Amino acid sequence: MEKTGVRPLFLVMVTAALAACGGAPATKPAQPEAPPSPKFPSTYQAPAAESVLIRSATVLTGDGTRLDNGDVWLENGLVKAVGRDLQAPGARVIDAKDRWVTPGIIDVHSHLGVYASPGVWANSEGNEATSPVTAEVWAEHSVWPQDPGFQAARENGGITTLLVLPGSANLFGGRGVTLRNVPAVTYQAMKFPGAPHVLKMACGENPRRVYGRDRKSAPSTRMGNVAGYRAAFSKAQAYQRKWKHWEEKKKAGGELPPDRDLQMETLVGVLKGEILVQNHCYRADEMATMLDVAREFGYKITAFHHAVEAYKVANLLADTQTCVAIWADWWGFKMESFDGIRENAAIVHAAKGGGCVIIHSDSEAGIQRLNQEAAKAMAAGARAGIPVAPEQAIRWITSNPARAMGIAERTGSLAAGKAADVVLWSSDPFSVYARPDLVLVDGTVQFDRKHPKAEPDSDFMLGVQPPRSQP
Amino acid sequence: MRALIATALLCAAAPSLAAEILIKGARVHTLGPAGTLASGSVLIRDGRIAAVAANVAAPAGAQVIDGTGLVVTPGIFAAFTQLGLHDVDGVDDSNDDASKDDRFSASLDVVDGLNPRAAIIAEVRIEGVTRAVAAPMAGDHDALLAGFGAVINLGSAERFVTKPRAAAYLQAGERGAQLIGGSRPAAFAWLREVFEEVRNPKLWQGRPNREPLLSPLEAEALKPVLAGQVPLVALADRVADLRALMKLAAEYKLRLIIQGGAEAHLVARELAQRRIPVLLDPSLTLPAKFESLATVEDNAARLHRAGVVTAFMSDAFASQDARNLRQLAGIAVARGMPWDAALAAITVNPAKIFGVDQELGSLAPGKAADVVLWDGDPLELRTYPKQVFIDGRVVPVDSHQTRLRDRYLKRLQR
Repeated sequence: MEKTGVRPLFLVMVTAALAACGGAPATKPAQPEAPPSPKFPSTYQAPAAESVLIRSATVLTGDGTRLDNGDVWLENGLVKAVGRDLQAPGARVIDAKDRWVTPGIIDVHSHLGVYASPGVWANSEGNEATSPVTAEVWAEHSVWPQDPGFQAARENGGITTLLVLPGSANLFGGRGVTLRNVPAVTYQAMKFPGAPHVLKMACGENPRRVYGRDRKSAPSTRMGNVAGYRAAFSKAQAYQRKWKHWEEKKKAGGELPPDRDLQMETLVGVLKGEILVQNHCYRADEMATMLDVAREFGYKITAFHHAVEAYKVANLLADTQTCVAIWADWWGFKMESFDGIRENAAIVHAAKGGGCVIIHSDSEAGIQRLNQEAAKAMAAGARAGIPVAPEQAIRWITSNPARAMGIAERTGSLAAGKAADVVLWSSDPFSVYARPDLVLVDGTVQFDRKHPKAEPDSDFMLGVQPPRSQP
Repeated sequence: MRALIATALLCAAAPSLAAEILIKGARVHTLGPAGTLASGSVLIRDGRIAAVAANVAAPAGAQVIDGTGLVVTPGIFAAFTQLGLHDVDGVDDSNDDASKDDRFSASLDVVDGLNPRAAIIAEVRIEGVTRAVAAPMAGDHDALLAGFGAVINLGSAERFVTKPRAAAYLQAGERGAQLIGGSRPAAFAWLREVFEEVRNPKLWQGRPNREPLLSPLEAEALKPVLAGQVPLVALADRVADLRALMKLAAEYKLRLIIQGGAEAHLVARELAQRRIPVLLDPSLTLPAKFESLATVEDNAARLHRAGVVTAFMSDAFASQDARNLRQLAGIAVARGMPWDAALAAITVNPAKIFGVDQELGSLAPGKAADVVLWDGDPLELRTYPKQVFIDGRVVPVDSHQTRLRDRYLKRLQR
């Protein structure tokens, strides 16, 4: 993290205010750096966490292991150990007999905060649908932390981490932001420390519809889409060269740097591999096209999102180590979703060399039951002769999304040393009747079904939500 | 995989209408007078239920299905869909959900647009959905009455319509207010005027400058609604809207059905007293709009406790999610609704609400043999039909999606 990044926000504001009054001391501007590192630093800080021993649960670790009658020991906000008959002196013991433990659930495709509830125009901020290329916008600047959807996702879905993306109106929709699912007044206080930035790109019908059909402007076809990606990345290459030239040839001589171009900074981040590409793309043929575009410009597509036809190119996706973030069973709502099948996840999962499947929500309702959606995808696989065990399927909503978000070192599985992001389920999480009993983020209890909060997290919901019913 | 193909072939070759089929030794949820049989038999003859009991002797020549370890329920009845009205929602050319011309609205009959061959129908049918309501939607013009919906039979293209004009549809609430010019009072004023025109075709006689809101034929079509012969499904969420609609219903003798009903739990007792059923999505937890700020996760359970007849629908993809109604019912159970009541909300209750429970929705002698044999708890996510019968005929496991699956599994194995 660069130096100015840790400067408290209020200081920046004070300085700006002083400058506006003309009262700020004249200081020599610092030497500009090549496209500066991202601003808007995380202020998230996990509270000090108690030591907890969850005892005698069925544990799905998130990395492919199942442990029956297992214990999970959490200490200092981290996973200390997973095993049998653990001794954890001083730890609070939770008897989890007949209950299940998984890592915190992770959604790689959410619009919580940017399409907040209630869904009025004022809360619809996920698509900067004013130009097909808006790589310069950041979803985090639209996130409304008071969206009641965050709490619902945590309490019903066990969601501890989520990637909030811009929508898919544009070829380049902008940067997404990875959030910890904790109540906060600012998004910075939710921002996952150190998570890489991502870029949302979109294939197919949406950019064509929003620009070509509705506004008679480019792109209006898939060939127009592809020309748009290529033109933008060509420009980014030129921008990158310009800065490199300045760095190598001009900087030492004191020459001023080129003007910053925020759009190009995002695309250069992609070309450098620092920003992960999350690509909305439904059809098999289009995914193959996008992999070719990526090859031409030397970047990697981290995950295809929606990808209802991934099963048609399962081997190609496995060969290129491209994840797919998909629904269990959405299909038929638009032309490019016509060939969706229930077995999509299982077929990609079973591809030679191992496919990377993620079950995503793209929905404020779906994010409350990713476990159930994964269960349906599992069941469809089993019926088609592709059984996927629970300890594997849980990866679809834990370690695989963590991988696609570049945070697998920190979370997504219950390995010693990783964040104590944990859900204790009332029963098998792949049952429709299972509910989170406890949700922990960095070892801190963020939801306890036995002791629900008296008031909603969201300021917006204060005083308007009826009381919980007495069971 | 091979087993599935084999099943499909078996089904295609299965005996049709005339034969007798006996399912033996299954757990049977009849949703009818026989209640739940821990181990029971269901005899199907000539497309109808011939017997339901703990033990039914197999008639000579009957096909006997061993139901040990399996569960039998009536077919799933989807209370709100656009099945048969579109191939793909987002492809306008294929979509007959709503009229875009305000000259035609209140009198529209979905039957004129129904396509029994829409691909989506096979997808939901193979998953145990046997009947549905195909309902019209309000278009983007100033007409709140969207037309008449029908109960449809997902098992037969020839006898696709089970009950035409099963209900009329009214877009109330926020969207209704927007369509009619921006306010709820305007929407109710419009409605009252429309109803007065129906009651009195000569309302504007002698006032040449006053145009009626409805054409004579549109007004004529609404007569059965005002006579209480055809129920009126009103889409509304806010508790104030529900109260206003109850008042309107009393005023005009309407048989009201509430659809949406996010805040219905706040007037559950009044709804129960007036025998007004509610169609709802029991998975909702969030206030989608200002009119649903009082959304609670256990709306369905609260309504049930108060004695309201509920049926489930999907708020997301009404048609595709017909196959996920079981999941929604399971979610309702997890949030406090009794299991039997949740199953009723996707079988017998919609049949009652749309006036076809004499024929459908439960398993009792004489009823249409819409029967599903499940490999486990039908509300569970990993449960799937072993066999689906509609009017006693086996539904072949064959659809666009099963063929895509089989094609690509084969290609990937090479």
